[in-house]
Amino acid sequence: MNNATAVWRDLIHKPFFWGIIAIVALLVLNVLKDPGYLAVSINPNNGNLVGNVIDILRQAAPIMMIAIGMSLVIATAGIDLSVGSMMAVAGAVSMEFLSGPGATGTAGAAFTAVGLSLLVTAALGAVNGVLVAYVGLQPFIATLVLMLAGRGIAKVITGGQNTAASNESYRWIANGYVLGIPVVFILALAIVIAVAWVVRRSALGLMIEAIGINPKASRMAGIKPKGLLLTAYILSGVLAGVAGVMSVGSVMTVDISRTGYQLELDAILAVVIGGASLMGGKFSLSGAFVGALLIATLDKTVLFLGVSSSATPAFKALVIIVICLLQSDRVRAWFRRRRSAVTTTRVDAQKKEVAA
Amino acid sequence: MTEEVPIVQMRGISIEFPGVKALDDVEFRLFPGEVHALMGENGAGKSTLIKALTGVYRIDSGAIVVAGQERRFGGTGDAQDAGISTVYQEVNLAPNLSIGENVMLGHEVRGPFGVDWRATHRAATEALARLGLDRLDTRRPLSTLSIAMQQLVAISRAMAIRAKVLILDEPTSSLDAAEVEGLFRVMRTLRDQGVAILFVSHFLDQIYAISDRLTVLRNGRYEGEYLTRDLDRHALISKMIGKDLDALKSLGGNRRTAPRASDEKPLLSASGIARRGSVEPTDLDIRPGEVVGFAGLLGSGRTELARLLYGADRPDAGEMSLRGRSVDIASPADGLAERIAFSTENRRDEGIVGDLTVRENIILAVQAERGWARPIPRRERDALVAKYIAELNVRPADPNRLIKNLSGGNQQKVLLGRWLATRPDLLILDEPTRGIDVGAKAEIQEAVAALAEEGVAVVFISSELEEVVRLSERIVVLKDHEKIGEIQNGPDVTAQEIVDIIAAHGTDAAAATLDDAPGAVPETITATTAEEGAR
Repeated sequence: MNNATAVWRDLIHKPFFWGIIAIVALLVLNVLKDPGYLAVSINPNNGNLVGNVIDILRQAAPIMMIAIGMSLVIATAGIDLSVGSMMAVAGAVSMEFLSGPGATGTAGAAFTAVGLSLLVTAALGAVNGVLVAYVGLQPFIATLVLMLAGRGIAKVITGGQNTAASNESYRWIANGYVLGIPVVFILALAIVIAVAWVVRRSALGLMIEAIGINPKASRMAGIKPKGLLLTAYILSGVLAGVAGVMSVGSVMTVDISRTGYQLELDAILAVVIGGASLMGGKFSLSGAFVGALLIATLDKTVLFLGVSSSATPAFKALVIIVICLLQSDRVRAWFRRRRSAVTTTRVDAQKKEVAA
Repeated sequence: MTEEVPIVQMRGISIEFPGVKALDDVEFRLFPGEVHALMGENGAGKSTLIKALTGVYRIDSGAIVVAGQERRFGGTGDAQDAGISTVYQEVNLAPNLSIGENVMLGHEVRGPFGVDWRATHRAATEALARLGLDRLDTRRPLSTLSIAMQQLVAISRAMAIRAKVLILDEPTSSLDAAEVEGLFRVMRTLRDQGVAILFVSHFLDQIYAISDRLTVLRNGRYEGEYLTRDLDRHALISKMIGKDLDALKSLGGNRRTAPRASDEKPLLSASGIARRGSVEPTDLDIRPGEVVGFAGLLGSGRTELARLLYGADRPDAGEMSLRGRSVDIASPADGLAERIAFSTENRRDEGIVGDLTVRENIILAVQAERGWARPIPRRERDALVAKYIAELNVRPADPNRLIKNLSGGNQQKVLLGRWLATRPDLLILDEPTRGIDVGAKAEIQEAVAALAEEGVAVVFISSELEEVVRLSERIVVLKDHEKIGEIQNGPDVTAQEIVDIIAAHGTDAAAATLDDAPGAVPETITATTAEEGAR
């Protein structure tokens, strides 16, 4: 019993605990409206899993990508506002290449398109990194530039069109299935695990946290912050590129003004829900993962419950505020104090009884 | 001070943090009109007790009685309402506001049209006058004062709200001798006015100069309360560390005094290194296995010179060679790569990475040198961490604890471990013993002596000249950003001799203490010209 309490206490202090609770609560809400909401069935034609939960996983994939990148950037006490725009750039590069005259419908072409997209977003991430690390601009300003300019760049690439293209292999990334599970989700999961593995197995995570917590002391300890900052922003750019590929792949069209629109905010929220502080320092990739899942669940729930589109932002805000409150140390301390006050008065009362 | 009623009485105080009992059944009394010193090693529970008394921490059991009334403090505001005022180690004032505004903040005199500034400044002047500071212009910005004067302003702020109990937590750690004397004058004045003063300092001389009574804590437990005049130093230290003080005594004799052969190859040789505004061109040789002391007053350039050697600041003139090879050390990473380590005097801002664990803080420099792609293998890492925790006696010996939750002395030991782990050939220690207790001090001094024995060159910087004299083989004397002399240590060299050298050099001796230091240096020296402080 004592052991169980310890496990429980451990779990409750995990940064993503409340995120999971919120996901469960939202799912319950959906089930109340439609008891069959959670049902996952197998499509008899191709053996793929179908259902709302599967849709949520699919939708969460791009958010996971940018949330992971954002986690690293935020840990350095920075922020990357340009990820949404970079998604549009990546989409534009891919679509323009695939609709171009030289492109064939082959897997090779899809591969090249993805490679080009990631290369371009890596370069854009490097621009952010240089502005922050070498020029010394504040991350907010440095990445705001690209947030605004990014969609312009995408427009230049496509010549102002919302370019569409067809390539089954490329489409498979977003819409395909492996063993009945959507490829996007498998891909996202694999990338999250790979990044987490690299960050935690190498000393990258430790050093990023160190410069986020105390840049001066880190420098005095011999850490060179510039390379680390550059790495974090490039990684964020590449992951935004992956997210862009995922999100244009499902419709095979890049919508310059809509692709990745305001997704940087979702990424930041996912990171915060995951328990990281915007002041930098400690980060949790598993937290960001849960945060991204929650945001996808939330988006889906809003649609499913038929919340009017004008009330959607308010509903989303409400859920997020509640989670942030539950995570806040102060609010928790307040609850604890109330609880202990209740128990002590009870004990006091018992004591008095005994004395009497 | 006969059998009066104590103004503060704390009985059976216990405070528990997750995993540790910070205070265990501690007693404390404070009488009006006395200076009461709270003594104990780092981590003994002094700060915790003070935080319990000021309402920062809630007590788990026990009772706090202030002026005959039992109190339960829910926050610092409650403690202030009870008449308890605190001046912290780091001055908590607003440097951009005027002196008068700082004194009266939150208690401004109000007239029919909002704050009556004239009356407010008059009240501030009165509060300052109580401490004999009536010459201060209350309309000048606080930032024009030295740290020492700011501290006095912080005290007058405490007095402006008619505090009956004044808590001074290490007020003297960044003051020079004259400033300490000024502070003590103020403390005596307040004591004679009936204020009860709780004083914490690591300087035993100061304890004996100012306190009437003292309470000793050890490992979170109450050791006893004594009249200061009844307890000699030796007995006091024994009570604080719980054993006899052989370790400290044996230290004095092991410094090397014979001059070295002049043809011995220096490890580091600097010629004319300088940095505009902080270090005048300086020549310096450091040989392997040598302890070189940098002596000088606060702001004399001793820290700045050390920073140039490590690459924390970049010299803009001069040449440096290491092991006979010319080097350009432009950043701390370069310094580390050349096997130089530098332990800063500014532990909080430039030393610890607070939200990381003890383990991570120890391995940080070694890891930085290896680069992020080559993590230290887990077994090697754990061995390294365990080694330095044990060797330096870090308490609590838990590598998973966040370093910000350790006491100052233990943080210092962790940092020392961080630098030792890099296996430096030259170790620069800037104020490694500031603000830490005798026990930890002895441990660090021993470590320095042992390192030199192993062939590591050590630069030792300390405000306590006795300490520099005790440990160093050679002493470089600095003043006004300039090296003014170098003495070979010997049995007849004393701290007084160094003071004489400093005083004899040039005429305006007072200016050195309050030198207008450049912006690049840490806060302790940025105190600007305050003639009041020197007089």
